[in-house]
Amino acid sequence: MTATIFNQQEIYKSLEEVMDPEIPTLSVIDMGMITGVEETVTGVRVKMIPTFTACPAIHVIKDSIQKKVESLGYENVEVQLDDSIVWNSDRITPNGKILLENFGLGTPQRHCGNFGMEEIAHSKCPHCGSEDTTMNSIFGSTLCRSTHFCFSCKQAFERFKPV
Amino acid sequence: MEAIKNLLFRMADDELIYGHRMSEWTGMGPIMEEDIAFSSMAQDKIGHALANYSILEKEFQTANPDKLAFFRKENELMNCQLVELSNHEYDFSLVRHFLFDHADFIRYEMLSTSSFAPLAQLSKKIKGELKYHVLHADTWLTRLGNATEESHARMQSALNELWNYALGIFEPSDFEAELIAEKIFDGEKVLQQKWMEKISPIIEKANLKIPSSSAPVYGGRKGYHTDQLQPLLTEMAEVISSEAEGTEW
Repeated sequence: MTATIFNQQEIYKSLEEVMDPEIPTLSVIDMGMITGVEETVTGVRVKMIPTFTACPAIHVIKDSIQKKVESLGYENVEVQLDDSIVWNSDRITPNGKILLENFGLGTPQRHCGNFGMEEIAHSKCPHCGSEDTTMNSIFGSTLCRSTHFCFSCKQAFERFKPV
Repeated sequence: MEAIKNLLFRMADDELIYGHRMSEWTGMGPIMEEDIAFSSMAQDKIGHALANYSILEKEFQTANPDKLAFFRKENELMNCQLVELSNHEYDFSLVRHFLFDHADFIRYEMLSTSSFAPLAQLSKKIKGELKYHVLHADTWLTRLGNATEESHARMQSALNELWNYALGIFEPSDFEAELIAEKIFDGEKVLQQKWMEKISPIIEKANLKIPSSSAPVYGGRKGYHTDQLQPLLTEMAEVISSEAEGTEW
């Protein structure tokens, strides 16, 4: 069996189909979790970063990436945690933010590393678009979410936190 | 080398033990939001413990994180006594959370410029996550400190009870001078100063008073613990101890 010829673009494209288990409409590309795709002597190395240190889905995500790249015909696929880059919510792509809203989550604003309680507490409602909302708790059903309430449409919603 | 290992063990053991204490509120929180908050923070802490134990394994060839977390003896753990104390009422847990998490946040902030690169990189990540823990603690301290006579009295009494234990966070190690000289960590003394500067105005805003007499409870960092730690360790290791060697999950 001959190994597939390395095609970085093709691999990136395929990773658009590897979803975050906690937000299944968002891919690892949309989340900004992939930091490199490289050819190695014997195969391929995909470098990735977890969103949170305590992310329980990290092993599932690593396995999914490996299986996906292997399905393209590559051998010796290695998925490596890249500890040279720290994930933050600015890494979510513009397309990723649209998908988050469609999934029913508020989105984090761009913060360039500088944000406080005001930015954390204020979220646009993902259901009706109103800015007239309040935060109930800075924690939610997963580590990446906070819980909010919209006064306009009277709906509770969760938001992907600025990190 | 021993200096960095000692620092990593202190930090990892704090996170491990405190993470388990926080997790005891899962399913028991006074309101659902708080149940979720303590459960989420517990998850973060255990993740931070794992990350620190992983540096020990990778850089210093220690046993793996599971072995470090579940198979060391009580006197080998270097957590401060503050984090091992059993939970009582919610006020006690909130005040401990406030006192510990401010120190923890500042510690990682200081370490984000450490000359020891693996720890500097990890600290940049962790301090972003701890920002939420600190905000949570500040919100409740100021809210309950200023709410009713009873809530104020309860918060003040918890602060009185926990203050000397909190000062024990900063028990100096035998490696302070070395850590400082090698620009690994500016030391417990500087951390304590920064912590005092940070928490004093918040305690004032909560209408609470820092106890006037102080006698730091030291010992935890050298393996001397209260009688409340061993039952927790036994419970933590109950599942892993019951399985055959080499069981894969």
